[in-house]
Amino acid sequence: MWNYTDKVLDHFRNPRNVGEVPNPDGVGEVGSMACGDALRLTFKLGPDKRIADVKFKTFGCASAIASSSALTEIVKGMTLEEAEKVTNQDIAKFLGGLPEQKMHCSVLGREALEAAIGNCRTGSTAKRILEGKVICTCFGVTEEDIVRAVRENNLTTVEQVTNYTKAGGGCKGCVPDIEAILARIRKEREAARPAAAARRLTIVEKLKLIEETLDREVRPMLKRDGGDIALIDVQGDRVLVSLRGMCAGCNVAQFTLKDVVEAKLREFVLPTLVVEEEKP
Amino acid sequence: MKNVYLDNNATTAVAPEVLEAMLPFFTDYWGNPSSMHRFGGQVTPYVDDAREKVAALLGADPSEIVFTSCGTESNNMAIRGAAEAMDPQTRIVTSRVEHPAVLGPCRHLGDRGHETVELGVDAAGHLDMAELRKAVAHGHVLASIMWANNETGVLFPVEEIAALVKQAGGVFHTDAVQVAGKLPIDLRRLPADMLSISGHKLHAPKGIGALFIRRGTKVNTFLLGGHQENGRRGGTENVPYIVGLGRACELAAAHLEDEAHVARLRDRLEKGLLASCPDVRINGDPALRLPNTTNLSFQYIEGEAILYHLSDFGVAASSGSACTSGSLEPSHVIRAMGVPFTAAHGSIRFSLSRYSTDADVDCVLQHMPGIVNKLRALSPFVH
Repeated sequence: MWNYTDKVLDHFRNPRNVGEVPNPDGVGEVGSMACGDALRLTFKLGPDKRIADVKFKTFGCASAIASSSALTEIVKGMTLEEAEKVTNQDIAKFLGGLPEQKMHCSVLGREALEAAIGNCRTGSTAKRILEGKVICTCFGVTEEDIVRAVRENNLTTVEQVTNYTKAGGGCKGCVPDIEAILARIRKEREAARPAAAARRLTIVEKLKLIEETLDREVRPMLKRDGGDIALIDVQGDRVLVSLRGMCAGCNVAQFTLKDVVEAKLREFVLPTLVVEEEKP
Repeated sequence: MKNVYLDNNATTAVAPEVLEAMLPFFTDYWGNPSSMHRFGGQVTPYVDDAREKVAALLGADPSEIVFTSCGTESNNMAIRGAAEAMDPQTRIVTSRVEHPAVLGPCRHLGDRGHETVELGVDAAGHLDMAELRKAVAHGHVLASIMWANNETGVLFPVEEIAALVKQAGGVFHTDAVQVAGKLPIDLRRLPADMLSISGHKLHAPKGIGALFIRRGTKVNTFLLGGHQENGRRGGTENVPYIVGLGRACELAAAHLEDEAHVARLRDRLEKGLLASCPDVRINGDPALRLPNTTNLSFQYIEGEAILYHLSDFGVAASSGSACTSGSLEPSHVIRAMGVPFTAAHGSIRFSLSRYSTDADVDCVLQHMPGIVNKLRALSPFVH
């Protein structure tokens, strides 16, 4: 069974605001039977231009139903301007968290809300139209959907993108496209970093950044070959590491150290870093 | 709350007689059968006895039974072990609806350069026999085709399939994990070269299985480094579990006629649900199925949601919906049968056992209509 919070189970067992608002001001429909979950959200604005009544109908698993129910509770009483700031993270937080593989349920809620607000403002078709380039044809996920999920949730891997948007969860044909999008956003993030990094890093920030970089850029590669790396010490620009597992005593270890570890740390942390191996 | 356990194709309760048979081998007779002292050696006859009981259930010779750790190991040993002993050009033939423990090793061999053919099924879950004939015609074939499907219970005509493969000069393995203990198996009549069974599907514990290897069949050893199992699988014998599997097979043979009772309960459950819930369909040919299994699609609602509600009433079942299959797509078996999406996500499998009762069936019949109505009231596809 999934590790659902009590709040998820409560909203699944006793969903709030089920049904359809008569003569709604906004209607949002997302998902489909083929995708395995679908949500129809309707709301009516009060005289104060706040969401006075909101209801949902959902086809999907326990967490899809709970996410929809949570969404209606969150947006009730909000103005459209407030409601459009609601993110999938807000829905997940409201429920005390969702299993990683179920985060797409919270994204579905945010998309339905967005579609309903759009419908209210412009009277545009209630169905959400796929805008832009479709990346995942199995689940109908566009580039825009993926970029948004990556940015809002700080995603770094294809697996995470699949958990949040379903893209890549079917035939897997779009995995290279998703990787390309992730690479592009990573570059953008890095390009944005120097401005922030103009200030000297504190030792704690530096350690954290080095450890994060090792974890994200280096370890997965070493682990594929049965190796690992440990950060031993940082003295100024000197980074002392120790190679573990199959890497220890490997005759291309020096290459790994300079051309991989040092290059990655210079790219992502500081261009002046020097990596050395701790000798026993 | 009473536990209404209707998920016996996933795992079964250990029979009290099985546990009783196993316990002395934890407390008193815990020696190693390979040892050169009486304390260890006295265990050997019990292992032999268990092997005879397993062989008796299958209509095999005891020397043709290898104990393994589970059904997955049996399938891996059979498929990878036989392929390794065969010509590198051997074609691997299997079906699209196999258990992952068969599809996994077959696809692995495909990645290693073997030509592989995955046969399709029709809407009722039946194998395309013309496609099979074509696939096995060229002789250098290792075919692994299941006897009964774990999700739908649909039976393949293994005797006919085995005969076809053998006539063409190929090697035939069948995954009979769901059949053992539910239907008679007679390997004197069925010309299969290898057959897998799993203990925990027939009231033995998890962690024990067996592979039948017909005398003369070449299967390379998978677990190297021990003389056990006549050199076919290294590793000290898991004596208590082997004894348990033997006892479970003995009980299964004695209880085979109970399966008519199981089928009667299953039919009552199925008919009751079809009558009380609208828009329900049976997945798989109802006429050619295991006696204990029914797979029903509750249209316009989703399987995981049904299971969680059933669980609140103490009922354990399973689903082929995307959300429960650990992936984002519904079960590969349901999809291979071409079940429409309106039904695929709402498939629920009830699998009974000889311990199932009329009260279990009544419990599901009492609660299911309410669950279906509740979820359909939520569904945007129901107006």
